[in-house]
Amino acid sequence: MKLTVEEAEQMYEEPETAEAPKQLDGADVLIETLKKHQVEVVFGYPGGAVLPIYDALHKNPIKHILARHEQGAIHAAEGYARVSGKVGVVIATSGPGATNVVTGIADAMMDSIPLVVFTGQVATTVIGTDAFQEADIIGITQPITKHNYQVKDVVDLPRIINEAFHIASTGRPGPVVVDIPKNMATGMFVVKEDATSEVNLPGYQPTTTPNFLQIQKAAQAITIAKQPLILAGAGVLFAKASEQLAAFAEKYQIPVTNTLLGLGSIEGNHPLFLGMAGMHGTYTANMAIQTCDLLINVGARFDDRLTGNLAHFAPNAKVIHIDIDPAEIGKNVHTEIPIVADAKEALTALLEQNTPNGNTAAWLESLHVNQAQYPLFYEASEERGLLPQQVMELVHEYTNGDAVVTTDVGQHQMWAAQYYKFNQPHNWVTSGGLGTMGFGFPAAIGAQLAKPEAKVVSIVGDAGFQMTLQELSLLQEMRIPVKVIILNNQALGMVRQWQERFHGERYSQSLMPIQPDFVKLAAAYDIKGYKIETYEDAKKQLKEALASDEPVLIDCRVVQKESVFPMVAPGKGLHEMIGVKPE
Amino acid sequence: MKRIITVTVLNQSGVLNRVTGLLMKRQFNIESITVGHTEQPQISKMTFVVNVEDEQKLEQLLKQLQKQVDVLKVNDISEKSIVVRELALVKVVSPPAVRAEINSIVEPFRAATIDTGKNVVTFQVTGNSEKIDAFIDLLKPYGIKELTRTGVTAFVRETQKVHSTQLSILQ
Repeated sequence: MKLTVEEAEQMYEEPETAEAPKQLDGADVLIETLKKHQVEVVFGYPGGAVLPIYDALHKNPIKHILARHEQGAIHAAEGYARVSGKVGVVIATSGPGATNVVTGIADAMMDSIPLVVFTGQVATTVIGTDAFQEADIIGITQPITKHNYQVKDVVDLPRIINEAFHIASTGRPGPVVVDIPKNMATGMFVVKEDATSEVNLPGYQPTTTPNFLQIQKAAQAITIAKQPLILAGAGVLFAKASEQLAAFAEKYQIPVTNTLLGLGSIEGNHPLFLGMAGMHGTYTANMAIQTCDLLINVGARFDDRLTGNLAHFAPNAKVIHIDIDPAEIGKNVHTEIPIVADAKEALTALLEQNTPNGNTAAWLESLHVNQAQYPLFYEASEERGLLPQQVMELVHEYTNGDAVVTTDVGQHQMWAAQYYKFNQPHNWVTSGGLGTMGFGFPAAIGAQLAKPEAKVVSIVGDAGFQMTLQELSLLQEMRIPVKVIILNNQALGMVRQWQERFHGERYSQSLMPIQPDFVKLAAAYDIKGYKIETYEDAKKQLKEALASDEPVLIDCRVVQKESVFPMVAPGKGLHEMIGVKPE
Repeated sequence: MKRIITVTVLNQSGVLNRVTGLLMKRQFNIESITVGHTEQPQISKMTFVVNVEDEQKLEQLLKQLQKQVDVLKVNDISEKSIVVRELALVKVVSPPAVRAEINSIVEPFRAATIDTGKNVVTFQVTGNSEKIDAFIDLLKPYGIKELTRTGVTAFVRETQKVHSTQLSILQ
């Protein structure tokens, strides 16, 4: 008897359908659901309560990055998410494993980074009894997550994971914690073949399309403005709206400034770009805010480090605020034209308005004069030694502005923000809102995994690096070619700077003259290390290191008493900058 | 300024904690809060009274509440025509000599006597907060032994005044 292919297949399939429905345990369902969401890599650390999940990972592999501390895992996931635009996935065990990711969760919440964090939990039968490695991570993370879940019935697991990914990645992105008690991971589960990934969340419906009337109002305001200014924040990057931003700025000839986290949303060398604004922003950008008559905020949240003293902020400006999170509009700065929308949709709508251009030539000319008169500056000489700004300029030069740059928080972060001019978006990974030391290095590992072809440079301070340097193990193990550049001033630089300025030069606990030998430390992890003390050294070694395909650590011994300028002192308005010109 | 806010929420475990935690995080002071099921078992309604500094803070509060995933609806009903009710139980020292006097004070409030002892009486009174405040003030001179209040719960009336203030975001 001859069978057609279809008939043969039908015969083959029949016995299967007759079998009992397919059963999996919660941990297997978790891994299956991760695959459905195209998760390629997870960052984590095993432990008692997540043993079943790690067993499922072993049977059914997704690439797992074994950080050496949970904090390293979550910062790496943040770096991965920021650069790839995908959701970063973290697994940590209950109790200390979960509390070790708290800093990263808070960091992701402040900077709107999409994460799904799976934490183990003790079995539901013993929750509340102070069992071994029990911590109320739902209670702990409730104020620092976009949402969190504890799985109480294994049948809810796929729905919860689907919702977690949806909430983390849509609207204003953010971290979602899914707490999985151990007996939920081992609980058996009948897999429904028709299960969909669709979510039904009546209380969560982010607005992405702008209100047409508001767009018209905004277009009108742009037409009549003489001195308009765009403030572009990270919302532009999350919306992948860099092209629209440039087109919008060019069409209406409006200059652009960035928040710290918005850097890269417009090309660093774009003629309409004024540099970063805020506490250590450029003179031109800050004065543009203070003198503009129309401030168009696209995806920024008017953070205090950007605005300075709110009473003096943008005194002449009518404010248009485009934000996907309605709660950010009017929170800090009074807004005349609120637009709740995705930045890309709003900018596209504004571009389609085709209103006549206001004439901004005189305004741009005055800004160019400021740019020429008040550029960023530093005073270099051979006697002073190597300056951090010089290092950043060399890093920029040798990577042609194409590198992914990650930082912690502090002086080195500000110098990186000021001197590295990004050619492309999504290459800047820094801890903005929370200001987390120890963020930059692990974030660079995640960023490199997201962009294997890119040069990833982690600019760190000597103090921050020591908070998470255990992740050097990952460079050793996986030969991840991250370039760690330590701007080593043997101090907590920004703390030292504030003590110098505002605390009578009493350097309380901010100087760290005793340090490990970073080159030997790198060698201990089988990584090449260099120590650089002069500008000539820097030119030679940085060029070589940045061209290498291997992980490299470079300990740059920079001048300790160098301060970040210009600066808006705390409590002052943006127009009251200090250090705008050489003394 | 005092505002009455109703919040319709999904009846998930921990949702009360989310709402009160949010208010604490954003430095809002809750004067009273009541929670209960609605006609749909999976949906609960909270009514709370908060003190806010100004319109901007109020707008922030409403928007932050609206952002919670488990929150379905947020209403500031202070400016609307509403029914507000609170219940209080008041245990008053009431020796036989003054009992008649106390009863005559209580009567206009339509309070019910729900427990009586030799020298104490417990009243139950319902109404808006001002009425209950007045009730308590009048009984204070006789000696209040114990007092408990539920906090307000509120409803929007069927028929509304024509004008209502709008938040800037809704314009």
